[in-house]
Amino acid sequence: MAAAQAGDQRAYTRVLNDSVALIRAVARRQGVAVDTLDDVVQETLLTVHRVRHTFDPSRSYDAWLSAIAARRAIDTLRGHGRRERREVHDEFAFDTHADRDDASASAERAQEAQRLRKAIQTLPPGQREAVEQLGLKEHTLAEAAEKTGRNTGALKVNLHRALKTLRDRLHGES
Amino acid sequence: MSDAARHESLIDALGAELTPVRRLLPPWRRALGWLLVVAALAVVLFARYGATTMLHRWHAAPDLGVAACGALITAITGALASFMLAVPGRSVQWAWLPVPSAVLWIGASGLGCLRAHIPGMAVLDLHEANHCLIFIISFAIPLSGLMIWLIRRACPLRPVLTAVMIGLASASASASLLEICHNFDAAASDLVMHALAVVIVIGANMVMGGRLLSRA
Repeated sequence: MAAAQAGDQRAYTRVLNDSVALIRAVARRQGVAVDTLDDVVQETLLTVHRVRHTFDPSRSYDAWLSAIAARRAIDTLRGHGRRERREVHDEFAFDTHADRDDASASAERAQEAQRLRKAIQTLPPGQREAVEQLGLKEHTLAEAAEKTGRNTGALKVNLHRALKTLRDRLHGES
Repeated sequence: MSDAARHESLIDALGAELTPVRRLLPPWRRALGWLLVVAALAVVLFARYGATTMLHRWHAAPDLGVAACGALITAITGALASFMLAVPGRSVQWAWLPVPSAVLWIGASGLGCLRAHIPGMAVLDLHEANHCLIFIISFAIPLSGLMIWLIRRACPLRPVLTAVMIGLASASASASLLEICHNFDAAASDLVMHALAVVIVIGANMVMGGRLLSRA
């Protein structure tokens, strides 16, 4: 990590790849469900990237990483707790009253699309651009990079961040 | 995309946008920087008011001196604890560091109510006590703001606890500064105002600072 702080890309990707197992272990210890472990991994990697300057090479990397992973695990648990309280689970109703292609369903779909479009409009410019180019227009990374003048790495990071923001916003509203 | 591939693609992306970073200074050096600002304010107040009144009060009522020392030590330990808590991987036990001195500060101030009045010195009335409240809050706001700004550059994983430490450090620093220009005997009304000021500063930090830090 010390080399990564100085800008060594190869050391950085190696240390991040090696970190995934520890992040998953920490998240599991915090009680995160298996199907959301990877969300914690993604969130932790993004945080590590943002706060990599706070790592002190004279101290343990594992302790530093574990503290960040534990916090992101707790955030994920809280987020899920909030969502579950709002959502109603009724499997019987779900099975017997499957979505019918009636007017209300299509109106609902149109509303959802509208909400998504609105949410995309409120994203920061870099993130919006990534969603539009890669998600909506389905350009390849290289095409999108050429059109926007950004490098492919920045586009990918922006897309990850945009998807996270959209997920949070849409779940937050529903 | 499978999860492993998702991680790999994110890691590649983060690697691609990696830039060298300036490492954060050790917490004790960052705390020292903040304390130097407090010391600079103390120098200005000493230049304006001198140390005579303060020493006279302490001589006549040593418990006030003990309370002031407690406040000063709380400012130092509170600042150190705040900067420690802002670095991932540091023990949460650092939050206990300012507790003994805070107990000394509050305990000695409270005992001040029980002793005899300092001869020849006015007792503070409620109107003057309001000045103490305003003094402590108006010094604590910029000191808290400065520390929040400094700590936002780190990564406080426990934003509310860190904000409480920031509040404690800035309230005790302001109370120490007030000691320099406080030319009244400590009466109960005065101590109530001090306590109220400290509670307001810590509470405001908990609410506002916690939010500011959790977005850091």
